[in-house]
Amino acid sequence: MSATSSTILNLPDQRTATLPKRNYINNEDGLLSWLLTGDHKRIAILYLISITFFFFIGGAFAGLIRLELLTPQGDLMASDTYNKMFSMHGIIMVFLFLVPSVPATLGNFLMPIMLGAKDLAFPKINLLSWYLYWLGGLVVLGALVLGGVDTGWTFTTPLSTHYLNTHVVTAATGVFILGFSSIFTGLNFIVTIHRMRAPGMTWFRMPLFVWSHYAASLLMVLGTPVLAITLTLVALERLAGIGVFDPTKGGDPLLFQHLFWFYSHPAVYIMILPGMGVISEVISTFSRKRVFGYTAVAFSSVAIALFGFFVWAHHMFIMGVSNYSALVFSLLTMLVAVPSAIKTFNWAFTMQKGSITFETPMLYAFGFLGLFTIGGMTGVFLGALGMDIHLTETYFIVAHFHFVMVGGMLMAFLSGVHFWWPKMTGRMYPESISKLAAVTTFIGFNLTFLPQFILGYLGMPRRYHAYPPEFQVLNVLSTAGATVLGVGYMLPLLYLAWSLKYGAIAGNNPWQATGLEWQIQSPPITENFIEIPVMDHEAYDYEWLEHKTAQEVTTVG
Amino acid sequence: MDNAIVATHPHTHETAVAAEHEHIALPQHRHHFETQEQQREAGTFGMWLFLLTEIMFFGGMFFSYLLYRNWYYDAFVVGSNQLSIPLGAANTAILITSGFFMALGVWAAEVRKKGLLVVFLILTTLFGLAFLYIKGIEYHEKWEKHHIPGAHFDVSEFVNPQAHGLHEKPLAPDMAQKTQIFFFLYFAMTGMHALHMIIGIGLLTWLLKRSSRGDFSSGYVAPIENFGLYWHFVDIVWLFLFPLLYLINRHPV
Repeated sequence: MSATSSTILNLPDQRTATLPKRNYINNEDGLLSWLLTGDHKRIAILYLISITFFFFIGGAFAGLIRLELLTPQGDLMASDTYNKMFSMHGIIMVFLFLVPSVPATLGNFLMPIMLGAKDLAFPKINLLSWYLYWLGGLVVLGALVLGGVDTGWTFTTPLSTHYLNTHVVTAATGVFILGFSSIFTGLNFIVTIHRMRAPGMTWFRMPLFVWSHYAASLLMVLGTPVLAITLTLVALERLAGIGVFDPTKGGDPLLFQHLFWFYSHPAVYIMILPGMGVISEVISTFSRKRVFGYTAVAFSSVAIALFGFFVWAHHMFIMGVSNYSALVFSLLTMLVAVPSAIKTFNWAFTMQKGSITFETPMLYAFGFLGLFTIGGMTGVFLGALGMDIHLTETYFIVAHFHFVMVGGMLMAFLSGVHFWWPKMTGRMYPESISKLAAVTTFIGFNLTFLPQFILGYLGMPRRYHAYPPEFQVLNVLSTAGATVLGVGYMLPLLYLAWSLKYGAIAGNNPWQATGLEWQIQSPPITENFIEIPVMDHEAYDYEWLEHKTAQEVTTVG
Repeated sequence: MDNAIVATHPHTHETAVAAEHEHIALPQHRHHFETQEQQREAGTFGMWLFLLTEIMFFGGMFFSYLLYRNWYYDAFVVGSNQLSIPLGAANTAILITSGFFMALGVWAAEVRKKGLLVVFLILTTLFGLAFLYIKGIEYHEKWEKHHIPGAHFDVSEFVNPQAHGLHEKPLAPDMAQKTQIFFFLYFAMTGMHALHMIIGIGLLTWLLKRSSRGDFSSGYVAPIENFGLYWHFVDIVWLFLFPLLYLINRHPV
C-alpha cells in the first residue's frame, strides 16, 4: 500500500503502523464525556452523526417525491400529503443539513487547527449550538409526527397564516431554534478567526477554507436574526390573529417576502461558501500547487457575502415589486456571478501545469466544478428579468438550486469528508469503492436534474403532484437518476463505517498536504498541538513542506 | 454549568504534554486561551457580535414600523397620541439611570470594590424593575381601552373620537383598522424590549449572587463588563423606541 506512481498517498508501513496512543477519541471514555465535551473535534463528530441522520430523513422524502412523480397521475399519495412531503424535504435539507453541513462538521473540526489554536473561542457555546440543533431538529420532526406542514420551506404568507390548518407554528419554532444554533456557530468562528490565530498566522496566511468560513459566518450572524423575527411575526399572526402580513387588516404579504428573503438569499451563500473553501483545499493538494490568485479567491468569498445581502428581491420579480427595483436587483444579481467566476477560474488555473492526481476527494471536487458552474450559470439566466418571468416557479428553478446545493455543496461536503477522514479518524477510506461512489453520484445527479431543466423550460410547474402525460419520459429519467443518486449516497455511509475498524492506518499526512492540520498526528490530541505552532510560511507552500519533510526523521505510528 | 467541562482540563493538560502556562494567574482562565488578555478580548468581541445579531433582530421590526408608518400615517398619528408621554419619559429617565448604575458597577468591579459593586448592581436591578412596573401600568391601560390587537380590538373611538372625548380627526373605518397595526408593532417592539429586560434582570440576579461571593473582586471582571454591554444595548433600543413610538407623530390638534 505504499505510494504508487498515480497517487500521492503516503501511508506508514502497514506491518508496523499503529494509531497514536493518545488522541481526542480515546482521551476520555463514556457517553457523558462526549455529551458534555467542550472539544471542538468531538462536537464536530457529534454534528457529523446528527446531520447524516437528518440527511437520510430528508433524502427519504426526496425519494417519495420522485416516486410519486414517476407517473402523471397522483397515485402514490394525495395532493396534500405530497405538499407535506416537499415541505419537510425542504425544511430538513435546508435548515438541518445544508446550513450546518460543512461549517458545523469540518469547520468545527478544522478551524482551530488551521489557525493554530487549541479550541474555538467559546467551547461551551459550541456545545450549546449542537444541543440547540437537536432541539430544533426534534421540534421539526415533532411537526412531522403531529401531521406535517405544507407551506413549503418558505412559509409563504398569507398561505401560512390564513389558509392552512397544519403545524406551521411548530415547524417555525423548530427553524427559529435552529437559527440560534447557526448564529452561535458563526459567532464562534468569527471570534476565533479574529482573536485566536497562532503567532505568524496573518490574515493572508490563513487557508482559504478559513476565509470562506469567515464570509459564511458573517452571513449567519447578520442574516439569521432577521429570519428569527420574521418567523416570530408569522407565529404571532397565526396565534394572536394580528395582521402584520395580512392584507385584509392592512398588512403586506410582500413585507414577509422581503424579510424572509433578506435572510434566505444570503442563506444560500451560507450553504455554498464553506463548500468553496473545501474545494480550494482539495484542488491545491491534488494539484501540488499553491491556489492560483490566493488573494482574489479570499476576497471573492467576502465579496459574495457582501453582494449576497443586496440581491434578495430576485426571488420576488413576479410578486409585484416595482419595475425599477426589479431592474436594480437583476443587475446586482448578475454581479454575484463575478466573484463566483473568479473562484472557478482560479481553481482551473490552479490545476494548470499542476501534478494532478485523481483521488476520491479530487473526483468529488471535479464534480463540484462542473455542476456548480452549470448551477451558477443558470442562476444568471434566472437573474435576467425576462427569462425569470418565463422560468420562475417551474422545474427550471428546482434544477438550478439543486445543481448549486446538491451538485455544489453536497459534492464539496463529500469531498471534504473523504479528504479529512484520515485526519478525523486516523484511518483511510477504501480508495476504489469510494471512487466508484463519486462517479455514481455524478452520473446519478446529472440523470436526476438535467431532465428537470428541460421540464421547467417546457413549463412544468414545481410543487404539483400530478402533471400532463407528455412530461412523463423526462420525469421517469429523473426518478431513475434519483435511484442511482441514492445508491451513490448510501455507499459512503457503508464503507466509511467499515473503515472505522478496517481502514488502513493513515499516518499524519497521507496526502502530503501543507495545512497545519496535516502536520499533527491523526487523530489529533485533545489540545491539537503539543506546542502552539509559529506560522513562518505562506499557505499552500509546497516547497516549505518538501524542505520540512526532507529534514524530518520519520518514525512509524 | 462550568463544572462538566472545566473538570476535564487537568486531565488533558497532563496528556497534552507539559505546556504549562506560567502566566495563569486566575482560576477563571480557560486552558485554550494563550493569555488572559486574549480570553478577555475574545469574550468582549463575542458580546459585540451577539449585540450585532440583536440589532438585526430588532431591525426587522424597525423596518416594518417605517414601512407601515409611511403607508398609514394618519392611523399611526392617532395611535401614537394614545401613548402616555409622561410615563414614557419617566421610563426613559429610569432606564438611563439604571444604565448609569451599571456603568458604575463595571467601574467598581475594575477597581475591585466588592461592596460598591453589589450596591450598584442592586440599584441597576431596582431601576430595571421600576421600568417594567411602569411598562406594566401602560399595558394595563391599553387592555382597558381595548387597544390590544386581536379579537377585542375596538376602533370605535378612532372612527368617532368626539363621542369618546378625544381631540382627534375622525378616521375612515378602514384607516381606523390600521391603528391595530400600530398597536401590534407597539406591543411587539416594546414587548421584545421588555423580554430583553426580564432576561437581563435574571442575569443581574445571577451576577449579584456571584459578586457578593467575591467572584469579581480579584481582577476577573469579564462577565460584569459583557453584561454591561448587553444592558446598555437594551437601553439604546429603548432610546430609539421612545421617539419612534411616542414622539415623532405628535402634532398640535
